[in-house]
Amino acid sequence: MAGKILATYEYTPAKVEKGYAGKTLYINLSEMTIKEKPVTEKMKEIFVGGRGFGLWYLWNAVSSDTKWNDPENEIIIAGGPICGITQYPGSGKAAVVTLSPLTGCPMDNNVGGYFAPLLKFSGWDALEIQGKSDRDVIVFIDGNRGKVVIEDASDEPADTHLLAEKLTERYADSEEDKRNISVVSSGKGAENTLIGMLNVSFYDVKRRAVRVKQAGRGGSGTVFRDKKIKAVVVKYKGVTGDSNNPADKEKIINAALRLHKEIFELDKLQNRMREVGTANLVEVMNDYDLLPVMNFQYGSHPDADKITSKVFREKYFTQNVPDNCWYGCSLSCAKAVDNYEVKTGPYKGQKVCVDAAEYETIAAVAANCGIFDPEYVIEANFYCDTYGLDTISFGNIVGFAMECYERGIINKEITGGLELKFGNADAALELLHQMARGEGFGKIAGQGVKNLREYILEKTGADPKLLRDISMEIKGLEVSMYVSKESLAQQGGYAFANKGPQHDEAWLIFMDMVNKQIPTFEDKAEALHYFPIFRTWFSLQGLCKLPWNDIVPADNAMTDEPHKIPAHVQNYVDLFNGVTGKNITKEELLLQSERVFNFQRIFNLKMGKGTREYDMPPFRLLGPATKEEYESRAERYDKQLKELGYDIEGKAKEEKMTMLRQYRESQFEKLMDAVYKRRGWNKNGVPTLETAKKLGIDFPDVVELIAKYQV
Amino acid sequence: MKIVKSRPDLCTGCRACMIACSKVLYKVEDPDKSAIRIKERSGAESGYDIFVCNHCGKCISICSVEAIYKAKNGAVRIDAEKCVGCYMCVGFCPEQAMFVHKDINEPIKCIACGACVRACPTGAIYFEEQD
Repeated sequence: MAGKILATYEYTPAKVEKGYAGKTLYINLSEMTIKEKPVTEKMKEIFVGGRGFGLWYLWNAVSSDTKWNDPENEIIIAGGPICGITQYPGSGKAAVVTLSPLTGCPMDNNVGGYFAPLLKFSGWDALEIQGKSDRDVIVFIDGNRGKVVIEDASDEPADTHLLAEKLTERYADSEEDKRNISVVSSGKGAENTLIGMLNVSFYDVKRRAVRVKQAGRGGSGTVFRDKKIKAVVVKYKGVTGDSNNPADKEKIINAALRLHKEIFELDKLQNRMREVGTANLVEVMNDYDLLPVMNFQYGSHPDADKITSKVFREKYFTQNVPDNCWYGCSLSCAKAVDNYEVKTGPYKGQKVCVDAAEYETIAAVAANCGIFDPEYVIEANFYCDTYGLDTISFGNIVGFAMECYERGIINKEITGGLELKFGNADAALELLHQMARGEGFGKIAGQGVKNLREYILEKTGADPKLLRDISMEIKGLEVSMYVSKESLAQQGGYAFANKGPQHDEAWLIFMDMVNKQIPTFEDKAEALHYFPIFRTWFSLQGLCKLPWNDIVPADNAMTDEPHKIPAHVQNYVDLFNGVTGKNITKEELLLQSERVFNFQRIFNLKMGKGTREYDMPPFRLLGPATKEEYESRAERYDKQLKELGYDIEGKAKEEKMTMLRQYRESQFEKLMDAVYKRRGWNKNGVPTLETAKKLGIDFPDVVELIAKYQV
Repeated sequence: MKIVKSRPDLCTGCRACMIACSKVLYKVEDPDKSAIRIKERSGAESGYDIFVCNHCGKCISICSVEAIYKAKNGAVRIDAEKCVGCYMCVGFCPEQAMFVHKDINEPIKCIACGACVRACPTGAIYFEEQD
């Protein structure tokens, strides 16, 4: 029966001390049990929080045989010790960890919205959900009353724009109380595909609207709906600047005021995040030939000026509202389109507030599909969000299918009549609705690029080598939105990334290709050691990466290592010490990350992957995979071959393509060797016993596992 | 409404204004809890700079929780109940006239009461009517 209470748990909310509540809320949906688990000092010492806690709980929950849809799989949502401070920009993030339906390995996402801070102030450093319910449920955590209930949610809608608003209304006592509610939800798309994502809500006081941020990658929403969770809701009233009970608040305040002032003075001169958010990257990437166009074939397009931030700024993004996804984020990149009238599908005619559009979404759903229409971007963004679908994976799938269609590899018989030509926005939207309904070609395409490739191979007898070259996935996850063909470091950044090719681990493309800050192999290997580790740190703490380098101090260029933003690294040291009362250095900051980063690599190994062969990209990530691509930038590639000493006079295009391919693949292999070595891994990409020991993650089961891979 | 204006050339740096302000706002004599600040100039320049709110209201749109509002008398005020102590307004104040103290959640801000003006022995700060 809808609304029926299936389980109740009463507790005395722990007071947060120095950034930790000291407890984890564990829920088992198979057994309908709720209990608390202690967060031990050892956990804090080794795994810190956030993603670290998530990986540790998941490691203990699953075996190497566990599949994403087994009841043993978990979804862990955790902030981290810094999470929830209100003073420093970007401090409300949640790490979400689960076994991915796309990769079979642990997936991590870093998502905004109010959930993780409110969860912690409700007394929980982490939420760990295991098991599978036999009916749809809502989990409600009341952090003021100290009560957790699991309710039957059979009659509730699944789609986020309906559900998050309904639950915010239901659980808030008044309009003023709405800001104390955060809802995690997904949608119908997550039920019927493997690319489901999670939306995390917050109430926008100024817009009087529920907004959502996305834990997008790798199918977390699919796991969520497979467990029959419709929503997890947290309610906590009473957030102040002291809710974390920091050890030394002045350290936090000083860092925060420095950054607020920098943003006030410099954001308008640097990235204009407050005005247009990450959309500013569309024109930048197009100018540098880095914007994925038509399934990553090309890096720019003459029509890209129709989807730049200028267009969104002038026609769509509401201005002069503080678009932050947690208190205190003056960088405020969370842009929105208000009063958008939906044009297609089940919600046609509704007026909605769309959290649109981020660079990744614009690039994926539009440019990568050869579509250059801003209103299509908003429409696709709205539906991906409410259906609970990852825009990056969606854009990759459509781009890949369109290329296969245009090359004659698939036809209308396969697509169920859809004319999947580049630029066909109507077909892309129809495919999106089919994915949500779990019907037709949408049901097949919704399994992700890797599975779609296997399907096409089975159905058509297409050339498997060509299909691998042009299917933009590594480890089963679709590639995020940067053309890496001319940046060896970025190729490694994508290919070696623990969870799959998402740029949050290493975004080195500008450092490498444009600013030429890492010219040698050693430089690149060092960057691929330092930055993935440094960037991991944000997800241990509950922090956003953007305030680190999307705003830089005026004198940053004068520092020894401008690409590291030394002043901001010092801010992070101050924040951690200010909250926890510890006294770490920036070297110890890196060590915190290096532990978790290597642990995640070893976790991939536990799941039967995590070796060199799984770090191999499709050739299109490294260079021109087809004649059309070579031809489109023939001058560039010819010049490169000549400079490398190849004799290309009178050579056919195919021969030149082979030369370039051999060269680039050999460079990539060399990079791999250099990076593995720098990271303390063996040639097969496995951390050595010495590395595990040095990092203090040499637990017996870890040693037993990696010992098998040492030669 | 009347706002506090300053003539820094008359300031002697006695900080009587700061003491008076903190007494009104927080019932203590503590210059670190004052909404008006006197800062000695550094380097070759001698004298003092005076930082005080002119109630321009730019902070109102900066606040994401609607904790800053224009009161009936025209003064820009902070609702301490709504404030989450994020200090975005402090960093974004064009007059650099909002302040923080670790023991106080909300920013410290002028309420246009005039206590500082009454305390100033030299006329370096004064009240002036403004539209």
